[in-house]
Amino acid sequence: MNCRSEVLEVTVEARQVEESMLALLHTILLHRSTGKFHYKKEGTYSIGTVGTLDIDCDFIDFTFVRVSSEELDRVIRRAVSEFKDALSNSGSDGMGQISLEFYQKKKSRWPFSDECIPWEVWSIKVNVVNLANEQERQICREKVGEKLGEKVINVVEVINRHEYLPKMPTQSEVDNVFDTSLKDVQPYLYKITFQITDSLGTSVSTTMRRLIKDTLAL
Amino acid sequence: MEKINRKVAQPLTFRAVKGTANGPDNMDSGLSPQDKKDLDKFIKFFALKTVQVIVQARLGEKICTHSSSSPTGSDWFNLAIKDIPEVTHEAKKALAGQLPGIGRSMCVEISLKTSEGDSMELETWCLEMNEKCDKDIKVSYTVYNRLSVLLKSLLAITRVTPAYKLSRKQGHDYVILYRIYFGEVQLSGLGEGFQTVRVGVVGTPVGTVTLSCAYRTNLAFMSNRQFERSAPIMGIIVDHFVDPPCNSQRPANMGQPCNYRAPEDDDGPFAGVQDSQEVCTTSFSTSPPSQCVCTLSPSPSKLSKPLPLDSLQIPLAPGHVTHTLYASRLSYQPPALGGAAELSHPTANPNQVLHAGKEGGVVLAPAQPPHGADAHLTVEHAPNTPGSSGDDDGLSNSGYGRRDEGRRCASPSDPVESLNAFTRKIGAFVNKPSAQITAASLDLPFAAFAPRGLDSEENDPMVQPPDSPPCHSPLQASLHSQGSEGSGPQDDFVMIDFRPAFSKDDLLPMDLGTFYREFQNPPQLASLSLHISSQSMADDLDSLPEKLAVYEKNIDEFDAFVDMLQ
Repeated sequence: MNCRSEVLEVTVEARQVEESMLALLHTILLHRSTGKFHYKKEGTYSIGTVGTLDIDCDFIDFTFVRVSSEELDRVIRRAVSEFKDALSNSGSDGMGQISLEFYQKKKSRWPFSDECIPWEVWSIKVNVVNLANEQERQICREKVGEKLGEKVINVVEVINRHEYLPKMPTQSEVDNVFDTSLKDVQPYLYKITFQITDSLGTSVSTTMRRLIKDTLAL
Repeated sequence: MEKINRKVAQPLTFRAVKGTANGPDNMDSGLSPQDKKDLDKFIKFFALKTVQVIVQARLGEKICTHSSSSPTGSDWFNLAIKDIPEVTHEAKKALAGQLPGIGRSMCVEISLKTSEGDSMELETWCLEMNEKCDKDIKVSYTVYNRLSVLLKSLLAITRVTPAYKLSRKQGHDYVILYRIYFGEVQLSGLGEGFQTVRVGVVGTPVGTVTLSCAYRTNLAFMSNRQFERSAPIMGIIVDHFVDPPCNSQRPANMGQPCNYRAPEDDDGPFAGVQDSQEVCTTSFSTSPPSQCVCTLSPSPSKLSKPLPLDSLQIPLAPGHVTHTLYASRLSYQPPALGGAAELSHPTANPNQVLHAGKEGGVVLAPAQPPHGADAHLTVEHAPNTPGSSGDDDGLSNSGYGRRDEGRRCASPSDPVESLNAFTRKIGAFVNKPSAQITAASLDLPFAAFAPRGLDSEENDPMVQPPDSPPCHSPLQASLHSQGSEGSGPQDDFVMIDFRPAFSKDDLLPMDLGTFYREFQNPPQLASLSLHISSQSMADDLDSLPEKLAVYEKNIDEFDAFVDMLQ
């Protein structure tokens, strides 16, 4: 199948990187998470309930909705924080990209390892700017808020096209489709990677690749 | 209705599908009865949940619900969305048993209403259905999941439109209202250049469900408005989410406020709002003092207008605010007040203090007797309501607040008696003959102090105060003028000549009050008086050369003076 790929681009101040990334990643994950599956006999299952939480950003005039799961929030925050550190340490002119990839696992026979087949990839390009004075920062605060709003609308637009989604798995295959490690919600299997572009704009003299999902560490 | 609820209580179960999305149940020609029933149920509850999400997003608070791994069965679309009973009630009332269909859209209109009563539509959310059918889709599975995703999208988008930020800041200057209607979409109130955002679509075998939002972009009227206002004003209507008994006074398209305080326990469909029904539309207006004529007189029968407490608008700040009402108002006799149509509270008593409860009820509680001519209006942060009707014959607290200060400084030793005795319209300390009361009946506030270009100076009591009548005590003096002016066409206006205590002074021939009156308004400058300015300019110019000659003669003196200064 073809992998759907979407690119979002934002221009933010250094202190807004974390919140803007969290906002977009959580918005995507909100749509790509379901409640926990409870399988019963005869292959039927019931789905748990997903709660939501409004999060106000401190450095951006924006509020986003995320799934009410502290575990998931911790995972995403850790990834974003690493990205932010990499971005600030790179010494480049502050361009980077964080990717959220949804994939399915396809079991292969031994000795071949499981394949990870992405079915949707969201790439968020970040451009960090430095502002001179407080007035510009205030304007940036509002502007970035509006931009993020537009990005959320873009995300929603893509998701509501209802294009390919993995079909609901049986109990034995649920781990190939969903991340069942969390106790309150169940997002589709995903991984977050990022890369920092150096000042030449080439795709990376130092590529940093962090695999957040433990199941992929082989 | 109960049957459906019981059915809802069962958790929705799904069958994991190994093959294609099309199951063997689907018929190309139509929908199975069970599927049709399920689909109708899904659409109905989707509509109700949509309304809940939209209204809750405009409450002005952050929403937080919890995930639960074990399904409770009552969480439609596997989302934890609380159900505010009043909102559900309104939605069901609007739907009236129908479902959104082709040509029949369910719309939620969000509008803003300022404390002055101006209102503006901000956005309209539309749940529509069009004819494009997706016959192959599986109802109980795909449609359900897609509706769930659409609800999540709605959660995200409701935080993005401009009305969200406005709703988070509601309270002092404005409130956010919602209105649900069913039928044709009306977008005319959104002004020019409104934008539309589509939240999403879900195809079903009977049509495609579309959810979209049209929002206003032209907020021009807002930018000029009183966001800079220092004195917060809040109308209090305690019948939020409930149709007030006096429905006829509100315009037909008035919305419900988005300001819900959830009670701790659910003790009934309208918990927390019951006490509000007793005191409905006790709304207060901030009409300027000119529009409010407070007429109190010793004999209630002579009243020209009743004194409805509901036409008062009280300034409000977050938390506790104490405002000093014009004390005489509270000593006002009941009979006329009882006639006030708006106040349906059976125990309405002018001696009571309005006390706003936390749940949004404004209950009248007995007040302390007006000692020191003070009555306190204590208001806590109460939910806002659609504004009051009939502001024109309301009282202005702001106007009275100012007067009250003046009054209190000069109150005689027996406040109750004197306050019962008078009616004021003209300013304090003014002892005007009755002929000038007509000026007071003008709509202008402080009309008595308006530039009196037409009045001649001789009759102006500010310049030439009338002689103070001999008096034995300050109290008798204050009642004296009342007696003299009791008769006549202006019966309702009784002037009091306030005499400050200890005002007799042997050194000065006049007392403090007279002194104050005399020098309160300085006399007009002679050069600005009309009759003097009628002198021609030519005379001035003619006298100039003579003046110059004199100055030149004395030039040495001037030079010496200047040298002295240096």
